[in-house]
Amino acid sequence: MNNKKFVSFITAGDPSLDKTKEFIEVLSEYSDFVEVGIPFSDPIAEGDVIEAANARALAGGTTTEKVFDMLKTVKLSPAKSCKLVILTYINPVFAYGYDKFGKRCKECGVHGLVIPDLPFEERAEVEGHLNKYGVHLITLLAPTSAERIKKLASVASGGFVYLVSSMGTTGVRTKFDSDLAKTVAQIKKSTKIPVCVGFGISTPEQAQNIRKIADGVIVGSAIVKIIAEHGNNSSAYIKEYIQTLVN
Amino acid sequence: MNNYNSKFGQFGGQYVPEILMSAVGELEDAYGKYRNDPTFNAELTDLYNNYAGRPSLLYYASNMTKDLGGAKIYFKREDLNHTGSHKINNVLGQALLAKKMGKKRLIAETGAGQHGVATATAAALFGLECEIFMGEVDTERQALNVYRMRLLGAKVNAVTSGTRTLKDAVNETMREWTRRVQDTHYLIGSAMGPHPFPTMVRDFQSVISREAKQQILEAEGKLPKAVIACIGGGSNAIGAFYHFIGDKGVELIGAEAAGKGIDTPHHAATIAHGRPGIFHGMKSIFCQDEDGQIAPCHSISAGLDYPGIGPEHAELHTQKRANYVGITDDEAVGAFEYLSRTEGIIPAIESAHAVAYAIKSAKKYKGGSIIVNISGRGDKDVASIARYKGENINE
Repeated sequence: MNNKKFVSFITAGDPSLDKTKEFIEVLSEYSDFVEVGIPFSDPIAEGDVIEAANARALAGGTTTEKVFDMLKTVKLSPAKSCKLVILTYINPVFAYGYDKFGKRCKECGVHGLVIPDLPFEERAEVEGHLNKYGVHLITLLAPTSAERIKKLASVASGGFVYLVSSMGTTGVRTKFDSDLAKTVAQIKKSTKIPVCVGFGISTPEQAQNIRKIADGVIVGSAIVKIIAEHGNNSSAYIKEYIQTLVN
Repeated sequence: MNNYNSKFGQFGGQYVPEILMSAVGELEDAYGKYRNDPTFNAELTDLYNNYAGRPSLLYYASNMTKDLGGAKIYFKREDLNHTGSHKINNVLGQALLAKKMGKKRLIAETGAGQHGVATATAAALFGLECEIFMGEVDTERQALNVYRMRLLGAKVNAVTSGTRTLKDAVNETMREWTRRVQDTHYLIGSAMGPHPFPTMVRDFQSVISREAKQQILEAEGKLPKAVIACIGGGSNAIGAFYHFIGDKGVELIGAEAAGKGIDTPHHAATIAHGRPGIFHGMKSIFCQDEDGQIAPCHSISAGLDYPGIGPEHAELHTQKRANYVGITDDEAVGAFEYLSRTEGIIPAIESAHAVAYAIKSAKKYKGGSIIVNISGRGDKDVASIARYKGENINE
């Protein structure tokens, strides 16, 4: 699929950390980045599907430390020189300690961190600790960013720029923001980092359309839903589904 | 007026998703403009006096004073406000602001239902659409308030995620705000959330201590020895404390919900058991586990059943300017009954936490006066207290 990026997301510990490792390795064959979610009790940016996965993972005893231990053992496929990214909320990172979190990311080969509830205005308290270990704090933008775009995009340092496709939380939807292409173009004026679009992308047609206007697509809820349905046996289904998106 | 920073010491801030930052920024600008605007404040005072029924009484509880044999006990009667609690102070302020900002719709979380009722009331008054999010558990324990909100024209959504209480109602209202932000104002009910909410809600609720200070000086000729208020998120408490913060001789005491006991897992005592954290838009103190997962909490009072407190309280606690004490369900129910019989005032079960501490500490303040903030009336709690006492009555 040419040089467009593909970013996949799964929640760590759903259904188990051993299975998460297996799924990451499968996803790494097709992904430029695999985003691994460290579960949080109150994920306010998530829709039902990922929220439920967070709850299952926590009920199964998943902790930040155990996720790092698992990530350390992951063997990424060399196919796409895939990189690992962590997605979690600010409180688990704060509770773990910003500096210690950055250090563990480096030890476990984590390239960047997405924190949905850490906006530009508050990133300073975290960013220095991550940069010290060469870990990128990934920039998030939304359809409502408007005049904030230049300021926010210009600090993007690595990984990708995460552009939220439309209003609302994560989860399948049929329509995206009508100004998406314009927003992408505006972002690209301020950064050379690839702009990937996520939230609600699930079908091959949607992925195709997004690829026409952005540098890549991010798919999360659709994969998490497969895992919710097939549990331990999800690998084959994930593979089958991802192939429809990337080809 | 006081400053308008996003932080109270290390606490506060604006920890919300980027998708909400433009709305939060718009609100910050609008409130920054109106908070010192004489016309805005005159309109708000008019609403307070001619719609909400302010100023509220400062009532001398002579029976209770005599019975306990300690301090002279005064009640700030927020329960006498229109809609039956202090919530209306904040709601009228924010609804007026939302109207000036051209918003068409109000959304809000509610625990006990008092904030939901107050919001639905203001929406009716201002001709705004209204949608309330309430934990499913709370819709059951406060069924009358659900009907009241519907009667006022609001849509009530029962929240079925997580612990199905106030925390989850806040999550769901935030999610709803991300779905529809342009024409919608999130009318947060407590002195919490991202800046400017904690400051704005504090300002609107500070009418409580502004009046109380003047009233106690008229009645006693000197300041009280202590001001006592219950605390969940902390809006009635910060309102009752605010104009006394500079008076170092006045002890400020927040009564938090110790539920079934502070040594059990079933409480909502944030100060006693919480640690600094970042959640619901703010850096503050939260009940959480070592991984930063927000802990389930418990209180007989739906309004105090929240695992955090507002950032200004976190700072008052850190500075040791205010003390926070735990009151159990049993103690609160005891105070609920005591006040009903002693003074003929049925307080909200939330407010009964503050009354319980006054009962415990009246002797300590002998020779002076104390003010207890009766943040709301207890009609809404009668059925659930009856159930707590083993009597099954229908509402």
